[in-house]
Amino acid sequence: MSQIVDQIRHVCSLGGLQTALAISRTVPILHAGPGCGQKLWGAIGLDNGCQGSGYVGGHSVPCTNAGEKEVIFGGEEKLRTTIENAFKILDVDFFVVLTGCTSDIVGDDVGEIVREFQNEGKPIVYAETGGFKGTNFYGHELVIEAIIDQYLKPAKKKEKGLVNIWSVVPFQDPFWVETYKEISKLLNEIGLTPNIIFGPNNGIEALDRVTAAEFNLLLSPWVGLKNVKHLEEKFGTPYLHYPVLPIGPTETGKFLREIAVFAGVENEKVESVIRKHEDEYYYYIERSADVLLETRLLPRRFVTIADSIYTLAISKFLTNDLGLLPETQFIVDGVLDEYKDQIEKEFKNYTDGITADVVFSNDGGYVQDEIRKIKFRGRPLILGSAWEKVLAEEINGYQISIAMPVSDRLILNKTYAGYDGALRLVEDVYSLVLNDFQ
Amino acid sequence: MAINLNDPAVQLRELRLKTLTGYNGDAQDLLKRSKEGNIDNHERSFTQYGSCSADQVMNLLLQLQDAVVVEHGPAGCSGDIPFRNANFRLGNKLLGLKVHNVKYINTNLDEKDTIYGGSAKLEKAVREAFRRFKPKAIFVTTTCTSAIIGDDVGSICDELEDELKIPVVATVCEGFRTNIWATGFDAANHSILRKIVKPPRKKQPDLINVISFTHRYHYESIFEQIGLRPNYIVPFSSIEQLEHISEAAATVQYCETLGSYLAAGLEEYYGVPEVKAPAPFGIAASDNYLREIGRMFDKEKEVEKVIKSENEKIAPKLEELRKELTGKTAFIGAGGPLAYSIRSILKDLGMDVVGSCIWHHDQRFDNDDSRLDVLKFEVEQHGNFKVGVCNKQSFEVVNALNKFRPDIFISRHMATVWSAKLGIPSLLSLVEPSEMLYDGLIRYGELILDTITNPAFINNIAKHSKLPYTNWWLEQDTYSFLGGKCNG
Repeated sequence: MSQIVDQIRHVCSLGGLQTALAISRTVPILHAGPGCGQKLWGAIGLDNGCQGSGYVGGHSVPCTNAGEKEVIFGGEEKLRTTIENAFKILDVDFFVVLTGCTSDIVGDDVGEIVREFQNEGKPIVYAETGGFKGTNFYGHELVIEAIIDQYLKPAKKKEKGLVNIWSVVPFQDPFWVETYKEISKLLNEIGLTPNIIFGPNNGIEALDRVTAAEFNLLLSPWVGLKNVKHLEEKFGTPYLHYPVLPIGPTETGKFLREIAVFAGVENEKVESVIRKHEDEYYYYIERSADVLLETRLLPRRFVTIADSIYTLAISKFLTNDLGLLPETQFIVDGVLDEYKDQIEKEFKNYTDGITADVVFSNDGGYVQDEIRKIKFRGRPLILGSAWEKVLAEEINGYQISIAMPVSDRLILNKTYAGYDGALRLVEDVYSLVLNDFQ
Repeated sequence: MAINLNDPAVQLRELRLKTLTGYNGDAQDLLKRSKEGNIDNHERSFTQYGSCSADQVMNLLLQLQDAVVVEHGPAGCSGDIPFRNANFRLGNKLLGLKVHNVKYINTNLDEKDTIYGGSAKLEKAVREAFRRFKPKAIFVTTTCTSAIIGDDVGSICDELEDELKIPVVATVCEGFRTNIWATGFDAANHSILRKIVKPPRKKQPDLINVISFTHRYHYESIFEQIGLRPNYIVPFSSIEQLEHISEAAATVQYCETLGSYLAAGLEEYYGVPEVKAPAPFGIAASDNYLREIGRMFDKEKEVEKVIKSENEKIAPKLEELRKELTGKTAFIGAGGPLAYSIRSILKDLGMDVVGSCIWHHDQRFDNDDSRLDVLKFEVEQHGNFKVGVCNKQSFEVVNALNKFRPDIFISRHMATVWSAKLGIPSLLSLVEPSEMLYDGLIRYGELILDTITNPAFINNIAKHSKLPYTNWWLEQDTYSFLGGKCNG
């Protein structure tokens, strides 16, 4: 039985609508009640780093606004006219029909309706994302599955060095745009050709290139694994599963070396890229070392309360690079049981034999109660969401929002990934500390 | 119309108030046909998402200081909670109260629950809510999923109320139940009337219930001058405060749509009269409203003094504002009757309202008194104007704005960005009632003036962004998809 949720840190599978919106000039069409869209966009968009409507998001998303009539008599006809009219009214390249709870319980045959339009050659797919099916991490995967199953075609020929990047969940992670760009930039530097589906300007052209890729890169502990496996089954594209989003030189160096081996990139090339970035990174770290070390203000111990991508990524950086000590790490994205063991293992191999306990729970109230039990040495650093502000006050900790809901920050082109990203994280954490008393 | 407190489910707004979500015409036509009873509501053959009643319930019940809301549904329904929490914290801060988080639990219904039912989970959640938050009341709200699978929320609440010895109030508000999301306000108010408000211990003759969202700027100095005490409800109230709202001598509103049901219920059940005057936006409505209060409280002389001094106080600034704003055009996108109130202010500032997109139009209110008819009052003061009821559909709003091209678009609830993309300065009219009464008029005028004085941000956005609509759509009639009609 799924746990009750106190302090929401994710939404439901229909939240995949934002994944559709993350593809440029793509619009989701909801076959759902009137309230779903606004709530989901609010939670993982507007109130999460201030991610607004953009081109065709927010209230411009079509929705059948299923009412009592549709629940009792079915909503298929309403869906059909909504889709037909969406083609006339909206200037977009791709449509993704998603269902909500009402349609999925009532049993509307959405597939049949969408297939009518697919047979006319319209660029449209559908997924059954009724909210009770799971979290929006699951919904994100469902949207990609739908695109793989119903839209992608085999490539005429594979392009050497072309790699598709599958990583953070757009909108749920408010740093998604620049994170994808940063990974892309690094891969470019080592001579690969990255293909990103999510973000401004990529859109349907990027989708059309997916099957031409030499391989798929999955940069995430578990979200997206089923998608890359499916791409391998259906199109024969191999994948590299690197479970840690690289933040900072230790992890980013490790990542670049591993992908270089996988992709057959020359060792010298990779090492020179790494060296260049490490020189730059360490210039700044060296320069700030006096302050970080001597004022003894930098908190020694930390907890993260985030999805599996960020708890892993951030804790690795803070431990392996900055030398902080990890207390319990809390993973709140509703990880499926089958992935829990391998994720937990990752938290047992920090540098110098350091390990951390992991608690999987999406019940924020419970997580905070557990944190209250920890006897911290010194003021702890709490990397979580805006829900943690109250807790931080209580236990005299430093709090920074890095996971949904990041309702207290405006995030534009910021990322914590890679080398520059890590420096941003150090700046944000330490400025927070300085701001506390000045 | 009688308020029925026996049924746990509030009667739908479309039935009680004959609320419209689609109409195209003008104010006089709307008033005439409403009176004759010959307007039907229309469906649309294309819609974008709006909001649901479950969301609007949170606007009230989740903003109480010491109550918990247990939402019986899948995790996605809790999507509005971070926003509600930020609102709650901000509101508390602005009112000088303790800043803390909302108290909310979602039962996180999953696929298994849709087959076997979610009752066990709900009971567990309510008991857990009681243990974690130690609230004075628990409101249990329904969602599309919980309603379709048929969990008997009412009975569960009754049993738990006996067990926990605090009100455990079933609030029936699943999204698909109504086309009018404002029914959510009614559902929340219905719960409060049904289970929270107690008979008066002793009437408090100088206490006025003030129904609004965030209360700041609200009547403070005016009420003081008349010798009355405002009792701000429902957001930021405590359960104890709500228990005694029956003791007030009158109720006033920020917006009839918000509190119509609560005010009528208090009048019918506890003899607390609603002040029968439109909310005080603009000079005429403010004068009229204060006179009505003066009459009810036997403070006619004091009120005349206040009216005179307040009007004199704002006169010089009003003159300045009128110099700058006379002849400027505005388009309003807001819910009725607030949209009509906003028109009052704009007319006082010398502006013309060239058109409007109303989110919904209530043809009557729960207190069926024509003195409460804001639209009627506004037309009497300032004449006829174009009214379209667009149910918050952005494609209709953008189409209309593109045709009217006003100097400013005044909107509520997330529509300003579309106006910006058209290069039209836009202003979000907040829930904070900073535009009421006399100094409110000046504040609002200054806000409008500042908004149109530097359009650099807007112009740059318009230059660099594109609307997601086809040229074909922008050329069509705004209400082409209303009533099942559809061109092309």
